[in-house]
Amino acid sequence: MLTITAGCASVKEYQKNKINDAEMKLNARKVEKTELNFQSYREGASGANGGKVGAGCGCN
Amino acid sequence: MKKICLTVVGLYFSVLSAFSQQYNVDTSSYKNTKLKLDEVNLVSGYFNQDGNHSAVTGGIGTQQLNDVSNVLELKFLKQNDRNNKYTWDMEVGFDHHTAASQAYINTSGASHTFGNRFYPSINWQVEKSNGFNFGLGTSLSSEVNYHSFGLNFSAGKTSKDKNTSINFKGDVYFDKVVMIEPSEFVPKPVETSFSTYTTASGTVITDGERERVRIPRTPRNTYSGSLTFSQIVNKNFQFALIAEGVAQNGYLGLPFHRVYFTDGSEKIENLPSERLKLPLAIRLNYFLGDKIIFRSYYRYYMDDWGIKAHTASLEIPYKVSPFLSIAPFYRYYIQTASPYFASYGTHQLTDPYYTSNYNLSAFTSQYFGINFRITPEKGVFKIPFFNMIDLRYGHYSQTTGLQANNIGINLRFK
Repeated sequence: MLTITAGCASVKEYQKNKINDAEMKLNARKVEKTELNFQSYREGASGANGGKVGAGCGCN
Repeated sequence: MKKICLTVVGLYFSVLSAFSQQYNVDTSSYKNTKLKLDEVNLVSGYFNQDGNHSAVTGGIGTQQLNDVSNVLELKFLKQNDRNNKYTWDMEVGFDHHTAASQAYINTSGASHTFGNRFYPSINWQVEKSNGFNFGLGTSLSSEVNYHSFGLNFSAGKTSKDKNTSINFKGDVYFDKVVMIEPSEFVPKPVETSFSTYTTASGTVITDGERERVRIPRTPRNTYSGSLTFSQIVNKNFQFALIAEGVAQNGYLGLPFHRVYFTDGSEKIENLPSERLKLPLAIRLNYFLGDKIIFRSYYRYYMDDWGIKAHTASLEIPYKVSPFLSIAPFYRYYIQTASPYFASYGTHQLTDPYYTSNYNLSAFTSQYFGINFRITPEKGVFKIPFFNMIDLRYGHYSQTTGLQANNIGINLRFK
């Protein structure tokens, strides 16, 4: 991981107009909340995506 | 799994050295600001599904379900004269669902088919001017057959040039499962005295007067810790690595899931009282030219119930204008089966654990759809502060036959 970090260019704040674009965020959109929920309850796998990790019922 | 955990911990400490730069922040130009409402989000969704493998009826029978959800989020912000930012994030959610299979908790098919869930939460976070952040939060969730109480904390560090960050988040949930069992497992009305009876629904009748009895509740606890490392590679490309460990204990099945055995007998599903999950994921986002973005995600998942799964998704937002983007997306998912799963009427009486819940079976799923994001310069419909609509539709299908549609909308006021 240090190698990866060392190999990265130092991007200045004024060069981050694309990185700071809302579509570039490194997390799920808020509107994805319901689909992350139904996927975690209908599939065996969950987690590492900002959604539920097993708590909650998923009763239906 | 222990080896993987140690590797993750090792990586965490090695990355800490990347944050050894000193901050020299000139705080003379910063002022205290009052706590103010910074952002309001309303997220609503409608979900429907149908299939023919309900666990309520032992792996056969309708999975028809409709769910409407609404979440209101209020975000408050404050800044002090040392340029520390304090955020209070309050959410309240309300869901209403109808599920056809729920009717068959009672063999007559007369149980309620609808239910509601109420789930408020509050989170507090401070982002310090030296790049550290720290947060605390709590949440509640309540529905007729399930209650959840959660606590979380987070801590992280961003490098001085804000190109590298590492964050840890810990969550604990203390849940209670209300032990509502299928009607055939509830003892028949018992005459406990000349004038006192207990019915199958748990109602005690004494001299003609009805008294509701409390249905037993069983605990389910969840503990999770996730570590996220994110890095800006260049002015068009960034990625995040996410490692999460989840441990659960308590009652991990549901009391109204039936299982039918080869000899025709019937029991309530029985699953181990502990589960360990390990999802590892990477997100890669790349801005191509001036109009196209690639949002990609891959996750590998394994647990000690025998499930291994791969998830891959790609979303490609296309910027029609600076204020409108259209993003088609596709997600592919594949998992192996848990040995605890078998379909209707195929479990052996000698099986120590048994379930016919198809989310523990082997299957693949596909999910595709489109996302529209509108962020007009002068506000949506020229309404000040109403600055974004995110509208998303997706169609989901499993090789088990389950089909679903999901539509969501996020209205943001800022």
